[in-house]
Amino acid sequence: MWKTIVRRVLIMIPQLFVLSLLIFIMAKQLPGDPFTGLLTPDTDPNRIEELRELAGLNDPWYVQYVNWIVNAAQGDLGKSYTYKIKVSTLIGERALNTFWLSLVSVIILYLIAIPLGVLAGRYQDTFLDKIVVFYSFVTYAIPTFVLALIFLFIFGYQLHWFPTVGSVDIKYDTGTAGYIWSKLYHMLLPAFTTAVLGTTAVVQYLRSEIIDAKSLDYVRTARSKGIPVNKVYSRHIFRNSLLPIAAFLGFTITGLLAGSIFIETIFGYPGMGQLFISSLVSRDYSVITALVMLFGFLALLGSLLSDIIMSIVDPRIRIE
Amino acid sequence: MAKQATVDIKKEEINSPPTGMQVVFREFRKDKLAMFSLISLVLVIVGVFIWTWFIDQEALMRVSLRDKYAEPGEKFLLGADQGGKDILGQLVTGARNSIAIAIAITLITVSFGIIVGLVCGYFGGWIDNMFMRIIDFFITIPSLMVIIVFVTIIPKYTVKEFILIMSLFLWTSTARLVRSKALSESRRDYVNASKTMGTPGILIIFKEIMPNLSSILIVELTLNFAGNVGIETGLTYLGFGLPPQTPSLGTLISYANNPLVLQDKWWVWLPASLFILLMMLGINYVGQALRRSADAKQRLG
Repeated sequence: MWKTIVRRVLIMIPQLFVLSLLIFIMAKQLPGDPFTGLLTPDTDPNRIEELRELAGLNDPWYVQYVNWIVNAAQGDLGKSYTYKIKVSTLIGERALNTFWLSLVSVIILYLIAIPLGVLAGRYQDTFLDKIVVFYSFVTYAIPTFVLALIFLFIFGYQLHWFPTVGSVDIKYDTGTAGYIWSKLYHMLLPAFTTAVLGTTAVVQYLRSEIIDAKSLDYVRTARSKGIPVNKVYSRHIFRNSLLPIAAFLGFTITGLLAGSIFIETIFGYPGMGQLFISSLVSRDYSVITALVMLFGFLALLGSLLSDIIMSIVDPRIRIE
Repeated sequence: MAKQATVDIKKEEINSPPTGMQVVFREFRKDKLAMFSLISLVLVIVGVFIWTWFIDQEALMRVSLRDKYAEPGEKFLLGADQGGKDILGQLVTGARNSIAIAIAITLITVSFGIIVGLVCGYFGGWIDNMFMRIIDFFITIPSLMVIIVFVTIIPKYTVKEFILIMSLFLWTSTARLVRSKALSESRRDYVNASKTMGTPGILIIFKEIMPNLSSILIVELTLNFAGNVGIETGLTYLGFGLPPQTPSLGTLISYANNPLVLQDKWWVWLPASLFILLMMLGINYVGQALRRSADAKQRLG
């Protein structure tokens, strides 16, 4: 068990290294540097040069890279040139928003997916099953941004059920019940959109898992002992089918992160995905590099998490 | 006479199990919705390509402020955008560009993926190891973000560069799939027999293994095409896709970033969104029917 985890973590290190090198070199290629925006006709070119020297922008790239890595390892990711605050503080704020949004999304996702998957599997080939199969087909095929825009248009602008932008109403003070409710209220529509898009895999997996389990010996044994059908489904089959679903959690996180770029941009939700797009527009490359690294790290962590859960659930894939 | 004919057909069916295209054809005949999707997709794609020949691109891109946000009506069938440009014309041109680019990316990524997958699966050893490490790396990086950063740093940015960047990041899933299939296929008796007769590896790979994987490859091609349309329009929507002088379906939808347009000027962005939605449903449905016909256990027909 531990060997599996250690081995997976060891594989992560070179991957992170190559990723960081790639991102660093890419960031250096971004047109313009952070001081380009400060240029006005009256700016003294020597002053700009001085600033560049101070920021270490004139060092050879490998020196800059090592400096960056060493600082990053100590939690110092540099300063955002547009927001004038530390990158770690900036991302910390946004990451919290993205975290809450992802959490609500995952909860809604499982609330939708588990009943659908279980019902479709139990009542296989009925009308209900066909509807679920069709639903999971549509959510698989539709691109994130199209669904998000259509939801925003219908539920936000036409029906006025949900707020259309931001993460909280400014009229509430931090910490009050109204503030928390307002935050949650702003999260619901983006989280629902993300959840709907993520249900496909879970529904399909759960459905086929339950269909397979129906004909297995332990189910027949349970039935022949006289356990009612409902109980067999809720106690025996459901538990066995649920374990592999837990393993999906890691991949779900990876998917949520990639989707957050679209979702947060469209719903104007101030999370990491939106920060990424806005820093690209303003060429704030200390923020860009930090975000890509963080997303890469989280994606690796997600697949690691899935592997660990898998190896707990299914002992066959452990490395001894 | 007629009776005789049906008997003959039955005999034939018993004698030789249906193969290749016959299976696909049967599957589509059984699944009417898949047949309908396939026919309408072909009609739409061909129609869009022909239609763009008749559109005067210069006139289409001409700004006329008098027609700013003109509503759908006689002059503009689907209304006009901020610059008074015809939405319908942009929709057709955008669809043409999106489809053409998705086809280009699909062909590049799938052919590269097939070659890498087959070679890795057949030969194994260090080639396999090396490519698998590269693929592992590509799978773990946040490719959407890296593509966006790439798009920003390329100095002379055109459609060609865009296709190449996308292809660089999207070949890995095909390679992985083909590798796993080729791996199991190359343990089969017919491959061993061919090896003992001294057939060179390249010939075994492309003349003997590849035809046996053709059904999976067609499925992969279709589903990849759908995926690529989605990624391209999505990136263009965010502003990191096709360069502005090449309109795509994503360009039209990106006008909806302006809340005013999203709220009141539905004719600007909704048609393109629905077009993408229906096209994706169609392609994916066809892909599923193809996948079913590739797997004897799931066939309907």
